[in-house]
Amino acid sequence: MIPGFIVANAPALLVSVPLLGAFLCPLIGKVSSAIRNLWVMVIMLTTAAIAFILAFRVYAEGTVIYVFGAAASNLAVPLDSGGIPVRIIFTIDPMSAFMIIICAISGVAVLLYSLSSDSRNSGLAVYYTLFLLMITGVFGMVSTGDFFNFFVFLEILSLASAGIIAYRVDGGLAVEAAIKYFILSTVGAIFVLYAIGIYYGQYNALNIAMIAQRMQFTMLDKIALVMLLAALAMKCGAVPMHFWTPDAYSMAPGSATAFLVVASQASLYGLFRVLFTMYNVTLNYVTVGWIVIILGVLSMVIGVTMAIPQKDVKRLMAYHAVSQTGYMLLGVGVGLAVLGDQAAMNAVGYTAMEGGIFHIFNHAMYKGLLFLTAGAIFYRIGTRDLNKMGGLGHNMKWTMIFFIIGALAIAGIPPFNGYASKFLIYESVYLFNPVLAIIAMVVSILTLASFVKVFHSIFMGPQLPEYKDVKEAPRPMLIGMAILAVIVIAFGLFPTIVVNTLVAPAVHALVDQAGYITAVLGGA
Amino acid sequence: MFWNLPYFAVLIITIIGLATIVHKKNLIKILLGITLLESAVNLFLISLGYRAGGVAPIYTLAPSTYMVLPTPQALTLTSIVIGVATSALLLSFAMIIHRKYGTVNINLMRRLRE
Amino acid sequence: MDIIATLSSGYGFWNPVMWLIAAAVSLLVVYLFWLRGEKSYKKGTAQGQPFIGGNVAKEKGALHIRAGNLYWGYTESLKGYYRWVVPLHTGVLNDYVLWFLGVMAFLLVVVVVL
Repeated sequence: MIPGFIVANAPALLVSVPLLGAFLCPLIGKVSSAIRNLWVMVIMLTTAAIAFILAFRVYAEGTVIYVFGAAASNLAVPLDSGGIPVRIIFTIDPMSAFMIIICAISGVAVLLYSLSSDSRNSGLAVYYTLFLLMITGVFGMVSTGDFFNFFVFLEILSLASAGIIAYRVDGGLAVEAAIKYFILSTVGAIFVLYAIGIYYGQYNALNIAMIAQRMQFTMLDKIALVMLLAALAMKCGAVPMHFWTPDAYSMAPGSATAFLVVASQASLYGLFRVLFTMYNVTLNYVTVGWIVIILGVLSMVIGVTMAIPQKDVKRLMAYHAVSQTGYMLLGVGVGLAVLGDQAAMNAVGYTAMEGGIFHIFNHAMYKGLLFLTAGAIFYRIGTRDLNKMGGLGHNMKWTMIFFIIGALAIAGIPPFNGYASKFLIYESVYLFNPVLAIIAMVVSILTLASFVKVFHSIFMGPQLPEYKDVKEAPRPMLIGMAILAVIVIAFGLFPTIVVNTLVAPAVHALVDQAGYITAVLGGA
Repeated sequence: MFWNLPYFAVLIITIIGLATIVHKKNLIKILLGITLLESAVNLFLISLGYRAGGVAPIYTLAPSTYMVLPTPQALTLTSIVIGVATSALLLSFAMIIHRKYGTVNINLMRRLRE
Repeated sequence: MDIIATLSSGYGFWNPVMWLIAAAVSLLVVYLFWLRGEKSYKKGTAQGQPFIGGNVAKEKGALHIRAGNLYWGYTESLKGYYRWVVPLHTGVLNDYVLWFLGVMAFLLVVVVVL
């Protein structure tokens, strides 16, 4: 039914289809804008279809590797190279497949939304080109098995994101946000390149599996680990390097912000790949685990306390994105801190990591939904200032319902999906160290408080005279939001299937370094 | 010790680049600091591949088969291209900010804070 | 029965379908209570309006409490913390890069020494 050619070459098509679409987009845009919208939608749906085919194959068969330029696509080690994989490899293990599914769903919903939310702007060919380049960057970052390739896709993603943040110049504000994001991002990426150079100089390998196999934890490796930890934690918005997050997320156009969240999660994936697959138990896992836990706790607390006094609705949601990233860092940090101790791992570690990684999916869904509702409100009334809004619940009923679903999900209220992943995190972290779990619960309460404030200011109250004839958001935006809302509700009602089918294989594949090396190097 | 001189140069250029980014107030000077950082990383990558007594890694009419490593040269080329794209984007941002704000002093570019 | 299975964390469990059934049952009980309520309520008359008691009613825009004034008690009581943390978000780019380098230096000391 599906041509064997597509199934066999899915990893390459996953990156090349959006890249081709991005490059042809301005040319097609010169012909007509309706054809350009159609082209972008077709490319995104094709990419999402390929992503689902690939993810299904990975979850059914195990790790899939794809070697570029070899005679057969799984010939990772050339026969005359003496056991060294020399070509660029895409290694898609269940953790990568998990991230690919997230990006695909989010990309389709956001693109549907942006077809109508950005229809009033000019220069749209550039916008869609940058958007498709962002999609290329994210898919490439989470599928690659070669560390320098990871850096290249990281830079593609940073460049495209900076362009999209500055897209609506906004009297210079958006460009200021983009400059702050991009300079920090470039400094971080340069340190990632230093780490790659250190690995290459020591082990003569750029392939992640090869570095993992040859890893001894020398002093240079410690320096490389610290560089990668700091740079990738900054890219995903961990405190105290989160300062770019509120600026960038609030100034980007409404639909692009929802996808910037996914881009940050891809950097989080990169961090986990470095910590678990490249180093695993060779590093001092108690120290590094506690570092990740402290970063997570700081992010949670400072994120939510800075969010409460905000007056700009998207800045408030951006601080909450920082806070929720703290939950993921906390869950996976607890898993890292007990990595070498098999008994504690079975008791606490796997559950904490399942909670953290499930939270990545849930966060992308409900945060995307919340940013899309904020974008819909901005589209209709033209302001993001909470002090000026009020009584919109009379006019925008569907947006209000989606906002309620997103706000209850982010606060961790049953039966939505936020509660399912937070439940796993609370239960396991409490056994590890009760203070951390109590901090997490207090942060959850403050999150709910902050969203009650936003809900009251935007939707509740009498209908204000200046908003008397505000209409509901247009249909494509509602459909895009509905896709995410349905997943929020579905994952909340049936979390066990999701955890058993998607999350648990991802966690086991992430922790199992030997399995990753064997899949790439073939039992060496 | 003599053969480690490029690494000392990398360290010094990195520190100068970082000091520029942290200390200078003019946006163009910060961009120059980023360019310095990029050059330092490229120098680091190239000098990783050096083998004392090796020739250029070209097989045609090679005087000997003991060559320097070609992979870091490919990495450096990619990094130079990424650096070009980065500088171009940052400079265009600086142009737009100068047009809209009238200044390139980052102490005066604080409309987005807290 | 995988769809309605419970999520178990090893030390606790969570079954959303059971929760929904419990919530539906309690809502049913609430509805039964509501049915026994006051039946002589006339919709749309003065019975449903807030009692103003002869005071002048304000116009609609002034009645709505804006976002800056909600949670005044919370921000007032945590004034010391907010006076420390909000000025840290200066908006100046040099400080952002300095934070990044500072965290990296701190992590270097922690990971290398410990």
